[in-house]
Amino acid sequence: MRHVASFGRFWWNFVVGDDWVAAAGVVAAIGLTAALAAGGITVWWVMPLAVLVVLTVSLRRAASG
Amino acid sequence: MTAGVFLVLSAFLASAVEGVEALTIVLASGVARGWRSSLTGVGAAVLALAVIVAALGPALTVIPINALRLVVGGLLLTFGLQWLRKAILRASGFKALHDEDEIFSRELAEARTAAPLLRGGVDWYGFTLSFKGVLLEGLEVAFIVLTFGSTQGSIPLAALGAGVAVVLVTVLGFAVRAPLARVPENTLKFAVGVMLTTFGIFWSTEGAGGDWPGSDAALFAILGFVIAMSFALVAVLRRRKRTMLVTAGAHT
Repeated sequence: MRHVASFGRFWWNFVVGDDWVAAAGVVAAIGLTAALAAGGITVWWVMPLAVLVVLTVSLRRAASG
Repeated sequence: MTAGVFLVLSAFLASAVEGVEALTIVLASGVARGWRSSLTGVGAAVLALAVIVAALGPALTVIPINALRLVVGGLLLTFGLQWLRKAILRASGFKALHDEDEIFSRELAEARTAAPLLRGGVDWYGFTLSFKGVLLEGLEVAFIVLTFGSTQGSIPLAALGAGVAVVLVTVLGFAVRAPLARVPENTLKFAVGVMLTTFGIFWSTEGAGGDWPGSDAALFAILGFVIAMSFALVAVLRRRKRTMLVTAGAHT
C-alpha cells in the first residue's frame, strides 16, 4: 500500500508539481478550447491568454506564500 | 523545418539541464562511495531508461495524432509552466538560484557519513544514489524526447538532440571531475520552460481542434509571446520584491 502511495506521489509531483492550480488551469483551458472549436469558433488565441492568466495567478500565489 | 529545429533545440537544452543535475549526483556518489558502485548505478539506470523508452516509444506512435497532441500538449504545458514558474521566481529573487556547487557539497557530505553497505563488492548506498539520480533526471529527458518526438513524428530527431547533450555533459563533467557549476543552469532552465510552454500551447490547441494562422510558422509568434510574457512577469515580481525589502527595512 505504501509503495502504491509513493508511486502515486511520484507521478503527481512529476506531472503536477508545486502548484495544482496551474495544472487545473491548463486542463480547464484545454476543455474551453475544445468546446469553442467544436462550436466552430476560432480558438488559437485561447491557450496563450489562458497561459498568461494561469502563470500570473500561480506566481502571485508563490510570491505571497 | 521550423518545428524540426525547435524539436532538436528543445531536446538538447532540456537534456543538458537534466544531465548537469544527474552528473552532480553521480560525481558526489563516485567521489564519496567509489566509482565502481557509482558507475554500476549509472549503467543500471540507463538500462531501465532504455527499457521504458523501448516500451513506450512504439506505443505512442499508434495513438491517433490529434489525441496524442492534445494529451502531450497538455502535459508539456503543465511541465513547461512548472519550469517557467520556478525560473521566473528565481530570476526575480523569490526563490534561491540553483547552485550545483552547493548541491554537490551537500550530496558529498551525506554520502560520506552514510554507513557502508557492501553486497557483491558493490556499495549499495553509492549504487542507489547514482541509480536514482540518473533514473529520475533521465525520466524527464525520456518524457521530453518521446512526447516531442512522437507528436512531431520524429523520435530519432529528438533523441539526437538529447543524445548530443548527454554526451557533451558527460565528457565535460568527467574531464573536469567537478560539477558543471559554470553552465548557466538557471538561464537554461528558463529557456527550457519557454520552449516547453511554447510547444504545449501549440499542440494542445491543435489537439483540441484549433488551427494556427500560418501553421508551423506560428511557433515563432508563440515563442515571442511566451518570452515577452516571462520577462514582463520577472519585471513585475522584481519590483514587488524590491518593495517588500524596502518595507521590511523600514520596519527594522
